[in-house]
Amino acid sequence: MTTKEKENKVEQKIKKIAQEVFDAIKLKEKPELESPIRSLNNVSYNEQEGFFKMLGKTKVRTLTASTIKTFAQTLRMMALSKELIKANDIATKREAYYVSKNWGDARFNEQPESDSVMDDIEAMMMVNREQIGFIPEEKGGAVAGELTVIDQDDEGKDLLIDCTKFGAGAYSVPSSVEHLKFKTKAKFILAIETSGMFERLNKHKYWKKANCVLIAMGGVPTRACRRFIRKLADEHKLPVYVFCDGDFYGYFNIHRTLKVGSGNAAHINEFFCVPQATYIGITPDDITDYKLPTHPLKDVDIKRARDALKNDPFVKHHKEWQKATEVQIKLKARAEQQALAKHGLNFVIDEYLPQKLKNPKKWLP
Amino acid sequence: MTTKTAEELAKNQREISIAEFFEKNRHLLGFDNPRRSLLTAIKEAVDNALDACEEARILPELQVELIQLSETRFRVIIEDNGPGIIKAQIPKIFAKLLYGSKFHKLSATRGQQGIGISAAVLFGQLTTGKPASITSKTEKGKLAQFVKLKIDTATNNPVLSDESEIAWEEKEHGTRIEIDMEAAYLKGRQSVDEYIKQTAIVNPHCTIIYTDPSANQIIFPRATEVLPPEAKEIKPHPYGIELGRLIKMLEITVAKTLQQFLMIEFVRVSANVAKEICGNSALLPHTKPKKITRDSAENLYTGIQKTKIMAPPTDCISPISADLLERGLRKEINAEFYCSTTRPAAVYRGNPFVVEAALAFGGEQPGDKTVRVMRFANRVPLLYQQGACGITKAIQTTAWKSYGLQQSRSALPVGPCTIVLHVTSVWVPFTSEEKSALAHYDELMKEMRLALQECGRKLALFVNKKKRIKEEAKKRGYIEKYIPHVAEGLKEIMGFDEITKKQIEDNLTEILEHTRGELEEITIDNPEYDPEFAAIGRKEDNEYDENDDDDDDFPKEKRSNKNSESTKKTTEKQTRLK
Repeated sequence: MTTKEKENKVEQKIKKIAQEVFDAIKLKEKPELESPIRSLNNVSYNEQEGFFKMLGKTKVRTLTASTIKTFAQTLRMMALSKELIKANDIATKREAYYVSKNWGDARFNEQPESDSVMDDIEAMMMVNREQIGFIPEEKGGAVAGELTVIDQDDEGKDLLIDCTKFGAGAYSVPSSVEHLKFKTKAKFILAIETSGMFERLNKHKYWKKANCVLIAMGGVPTRACRRFIRKLADEHKLPVYVFCDGDFYGYFNIHRTLKVGSGNAAHINEFFCVPQATYIGITPDDITDYKLPTHPLKDVDIKRARDALKNDPFVKHHKEWQKATEVQIKLKARAEQQALAKHGLNFVIDEYLPQKLKNPKKWLP
Repeated sequence: MTTKTAEELAKNQREISIAEFFEKNRHLLGFDNPRRSLLTAIKEAVDNALDACEEARILPELQVELIQLSETRFRVIIEDNGPGIIKAQIPKIFAKLLYGSKFHKLSATRGQQGIGISAAVLFGQLTTGKPASITSKTEKGKLAQFVKLKIDTATNNPVLSDESEIAWEEKEHGTRIEIDMEAAYLKGRQSVDEYIKQTAIVNPHCTIIYTDPSANQIIFPRATEVLPPEAKEIKPHPYGIELGRLIKMLEITVAKTLQQFLMIEFVRVSANVAKEICGNSALLPHTKPKKITRDSAENLYTGIQKTKIMAPPTDCISPISADLLERGLRKEINAEFYCSTTRPAAVYRGNPFVVEAALAFGGEQPGDKTVRVMRFANRVPLLYQQGACGITKAIQTTAWKSYGLQQSRSALPVGPCTIVLHVTSVWVPFTSEEKSALAHYDELMKEMRLALQECGRKLALFVNKKKRIKEEAKKRGYIEKYIPHVAEGLKEIMGFDEITKKQIEDNLTEILEHTRGELEEITIDNPEYDPEFAAIGRKEDNEYDENDDDDDDFPKEKRSNKNSESTKKTTEKQTRLK
């Protein structure tokens, strides 16, 4: 199926939904819009599949006084999407938000409102945001190491990008990665939470020493970043190691989202997950073993952890994560990646990572 | 230091006449500042006139006239069509303090002590040196009695002059009193105008013809031809009697035995109850009342409290009726919602009483101010001492928030609302002789709160309904706002024409409005509202009224003995402020 055909299919779907609404109104019935529920309640997880799979729960938005504004905004956003597909154009999420300023009373007041409507449409269509013409402004992440990315220029000619040759800088993952190809001899991919840690490892050419590809996620990985890692790992059968802060945000928001996807965008998890990812970052045991300096856990952190134990299908599946979470709640403390600097600035390169990589017993799934 | 002997001191010790006492303590009777004095004098005369008419079963028609004689001097004239007063009684009624017909009986009349009108005469005499003029005619065809009266303050006895008999052709019977006095006339919530108007509201059977100092005549015609039932007299209830009074009653009774005394002097005491009281007091039923010592009387008093006695009859009380109260309010206030209630009779200290409440909400009333309170006791408006009054306290201690008004802790609620409370009783417990504020008896407070809560619940229903309708209207506005956008979105996707778009919009309107039903509207629908009536007593825009703002009517002058001098000063001040 070509890209063009795919897009036509999306356009058809938009038209079909509009037609259904139109028909209901013609019959003087209340029109409805149906979309999947975007939350952890509506996903299941098993290790064989490797990602959060969406269950069938849907929400139906019936046109009433209280829903009419969102209803109108959804239709107008769908119209915008259709225009974009037709013109083979794209709009960033922020641009779409500004387009709405022409809609009079139906305009969005804040971007999160338009993002949410966009996410609903995306889920309704069961496609990726890019397929309905919208792209995020966010950068995909920074890459350095033993990797050559093969991109294309406007005329379709290959562009070879050697990721060892950015010096103190790095290659930046584009918002769309489907057309990229890779050449690499690396042994593994190291996905790092913070840019600071990435800088240190890159500066000291850790990628050369360990023969790996370094990727800075900069917090929760963007879709492009997740897809980039997945493609690279799949095509070259590389293991992926995730190196995060020793806190629940690092475990669940970053590592889990990278590995199995999120509840919010469950309809695309199948393609935007990295099932081969393994956690080698700071663990509760590391905090004790390395006597790392810590920060106290806040009540909200503990609440978030208990919530994960109760509701996150990923945590519920993995006993190791449950145990780690319990231990950390008892510790009442968290430690950052940079806390390793307590033992010397290059302790992470000389001791921590080599020891961790040698000892799979210390890893978490 | 020179010491004084008891004999020397005794030279200065002598009896004080009641008239002398009030001469010095006139604020106790409501004559503390010139403005209030004017109101008090009129109020006392009107109370008497209405009581007399009702007692004689005559539909009252009153004429109240104010004539300004000089900047600070007024002539007050009140004339009624009552039964008149026989010649011998006129001096005592108008010029002897504590002389009256109502003190020794318990009935729901306006006057109680027999002080008021004589105090007005005394005040006029004190401030102008002039006597009051009384004309009274008892029967058609008879001559009217005319007399000028002063009070000898040393002896509390009337001093008569200019006695004569005149033909009073235009009147079949009635009484007219003229008093000259130092006073101040101002508009506002505590004005004579307001008092007359409120009197008309709670006395719908009465016609009042009022002429103000500018010679404007306002006629308040009666709204009903039906006199309220006669205020029945009842004997005291044993629970309401105090020891001193009990001893006094034992001394003066005609009863031969204690049992007989209890049965004839009190209400709700049967032979059996009387015997039981005697038993509980360890006294023999056939003891002679005059033989009962103070100690035995105290036993009797305790015995009464121990005995279970039926509550006093309540048919002696005649409320205005919720209906008439509400009607009066409708005339005065243009509101969206009215309600009123009359509580069943209750008893405090052996005195039966009835509480009535009414309220008017919304409409032209300001929403950001404290509610307006209208207080009445035995059909008399209470304009002063709002802060000290049990009625105010009852309103403050009712939880208005749940009824849709704003209220900070134990304060009067805030909102577009007027609250009316009327207490009627055979003995209204005023805090002082000036009769402006009600005492805070628990039973009374409880009944008042219950009445307010009853009205409050009805108010809450209305306020909630109003809120719902407002929200509904807002929602509809919301729907109308977004319907074109739903159609526009569809049009952009499907590419249909403007006609189809219009059709979609119409259908959407129909779909959404259909499920919502008719939109109710709340408007002011009050044909009884009388704007001219409502304006009576209202302050003129640029008029500053110091007494209205600080609710408390603390006299601006100090309560000194140099009354006339300070009176003048205050009057000057008020005139300047005007």
